[in-house]
Amino acid sequence: MADLAAQGETPEILFWVGCAGAFDDRYKRVTRAFVRILEHVGVKYAVLGMEESCTGDPAKRAGNEFLFQMQAMQNITTLNGYGIKKVVTACPHCFNTIKNEYPALGGEYEVIHHSTFLQQLINDGRVKIEGGESYKGRRITFHDSCYLGRSNNIYEAPRAVLEALDADLVEMKRSKANGLCCGAGGAQMWKEPEPGKKDVNIERTEEALATLDGNAAALDNLYGVESGNAGATPAPKANAQSSIIAVGCPFCMTMMSDGVKNKERENNVQVFDLAELVASAEGLNA
Amino acid sequence: MHFSIQNILFLLVAIAGFGLFAWQARKIRANILVGRDRDMSGNVSERLNKTLLVAFGQSKMFKRLTPAFLHLIVYVGFLVINVEVIEIMVDGIFGTHRFLQFLGPVYDALMATNEILGALVIVAVVAFWWRRNRKPPVRRFQGPELRMWPKLDANIILYVEVILMAALFTMNTADLKLHQLRGADMPGTFPISSLLVGLFPTSETALHVLERVGWWAHIVGILCFLNYLPSSKHFHIIMAFPNVYYSRLVPQGQFSNVESITHEVKAMMDPSYEVPAPATAPDGSALAPTPFGAKDVNDLAWTNLLNAYSCTECGRCTSVCPANITGKLLSPRKIIMDTRDRMEEKYNSPLIFSPNLYGQEAKHESQEVLDKENHTLLRGYVTPEELWACTTCNACVEACPVNINPLESIVEMRRFLVLEESAAPNSLNVMFSNIENNGAPWAFSPSDRFNWADDLFVADKEAVTA
Ligand code: SF4
Ligand code: SF4
Repeated sequence: MADLAAQGETPEILFWVGCAGAFDDRYKRVTRAFVRILEHVGVKYAVLGMEESCTGDPAKRAGNEFLFQMQAMQNITTLNGYGIKKVVTACPHCFNTIKNEYPALGGEYEVIHHSTFLQQLINDGRVKIEGGESYKGRRITFHDSCYLGRSNNIYEAPRAVLEALDADLVEMKRSKANGLCCGAGGAQMWKEPEPGKKDVNIERTEEALATLDGNAAALDNLYGVESGNAGATPAPKANAQSSIIAVGCPFCMTMMSDGVKNKERENNVQVFDLAELVASAEGLNA
Repeated sequence: MHFSIQNILFLLVAIAGFGLFAWQARKIRANILVGRDRDMSGNVSERLNKTLLVAFGQSKMFKRLTPAFLHLIVYVGFLVINVEVIEIMVDGIFGTHRFLQFLGPVYDALMATNEILGALVIVAVVAFWWRRNRKPPVRRFQGPELRMWPKLDANIILYVEVILMAALFTMNTADLKLHQLRGADMPGTFPISSLLVGLFPTSETALHVLERVGWWAHIVGILCFLNYLPSSKHFHIIMAFPNVYYSRLVPQGQFSNVESITHEVKAMMDPSYEVPAPATAPDGSALAPTPFGAKDVNDLAWTNLLNAYSCTECGRCTSVCPANITGKLLSPRKIIMDTRDRMEEKYNSPLIFSPNLYGQEAKHESQEVLDKENHTLLRGYVTPEELWACTTCNACVEACPVNINPLESIVEMRRFLVLEESAAPNSLNVMFSNIENNGAPWAFSPSDRFNWADDLFVADKEAVTA
């Protein structure tokens, strides 16, 4: 960004990478996938690089309002300094914080989550989802991130992206507004869970696996599944081709991947971010 | 009109009933107003819309079909039977008999609907009773916070509703039979009571007594019930409306920014920034500084306290809470019930008796870990362990049929733990210092922030930045 500013230019969008996108080895792959898509469609974008700092989301959710506001003001100063108007991010936590909590502190931007951004690219025909890996007939279930879904009412964009893949999209019983948290929000990512019967990500992974497998008995054993609007249980899948849990959040990625490992299902269930799915369908894998 | 001693008696009973209720309501209002100020004015049309949809229209109930349907019967029954209550009041005061009969065919329809709804209410109430008292009950009616008084309260409400309906049918049936014996025409249509006439005695005096007993039992029952409400989860039939009206309109993920901290941070970043003078008491003396976050009920916003009086203890919040589902101590319903109980302990108990404080020990399975020295909401009722289990997922907020927000109270108490007591779990303190020192919650150096671009196929780092 600094380089661009030195040339007296402003980017169309600022890609907010986020700490997980910058440091988490698994999520770095998502960051790269998204950048490849940006390059592919030729959007003029920039990243802050070393000038980016934590949005303060985990501090705020944990109750450390002071630290949050320090972070927020620092980031707002940086963003305003570059005259940023539009921010795109792959992290729902960064998205929520910058979109909803920065304005009161002087940071007003148009903030877009990458699922919405990808949906727009697909709708505009700038991404055609061809030439790469085909998802036809593969079973995919989307895990709603709380900070995207319930917090900001974004349910359709990620599903629209997945539908464009022409995959076999199945819904978990707890989905959309009734979705179950992956267990990482509210700064849980950085601490051990409190004592209980099981970890939240295990409960959620069990549900995802049972949905992908079409295992009705396992679904009935889960607590808290709403009765009224439960989706139909998909039929068991004989096809050995691996299924996919799609996510749109770095924390969900970690939690669901850990859950799949815990259940020893890595051999036939993979966890992918929306950007990775789009990039590989478009043949953009390096 | 037969104006008699009965009418004077009725007038006195009615005045006593409503007067007592007003007295209780004032105390509850005072309790709610000990909360911190929060400006909820404006957005009237949006708020009214929400109230219409969520409170009157019960839109959030329909996430679960069986209870939604049963609840709808009782709710509509309550609304329609209220029309009859108006008639009873007028009859009672002026000595008229079935004063609304001038409505003619409308009266027929009204009475018929009333009776059918009354019968359906009894069916629904039996179903409710079974859902709560069968073994094991519906999962959300279990849980430590629902023992003792809350459990009894839920059943009392159901019994009273049956008694009120029974009184109504006694009154109608006796009246109907009386008319039949005299060969007179009775105004109104009574589909259920006409089935019951056979069961009633044939003596005119007995019928007359039964009619009066039914009439008095119904109206006195209603007045008693009205005064029972403030002690009960059934208070939601009134409080749901203001509570939904004053619910949050911003996205659920948006947490409040603490304003006093904003001033401090601005002053730190820009020495020339002028922090507004702190508020002073009317006499000009400095007020005691308000703590960050919430330790006790008066540190919460008044809307959080309004929440506590609107809770129906239905447990929809707890049954979708990921922490609770996986066996952690946190139950958002308990946080809300604790808030109400603490208000009544510290301030007015608006009630004639204080049942909400009965059986506290049973509610707190973790009583040993409660800090009795700190007799405040935090630690005295709610343990840090409960608070730290919250993932801030907003599932409880989404689930609540009356738009209660348990998450707001949880975050306020976490703020107190962190900012006033520095009592965060150690691993969170590590995260805080990482953010402070490295600008990231993990212990990575900021200079590595761009390493993800190292093996990007497109181009070298420079190309990406530029
Ligand atoms: S926000 Fe907290 S209390 Fe509410 S459902 Fe989620 S984890 Fe439970
Ligand atoms: S807070 Fe809402 S959902 Fe939870 S028990 Fe009370 S009324 Fe029910």
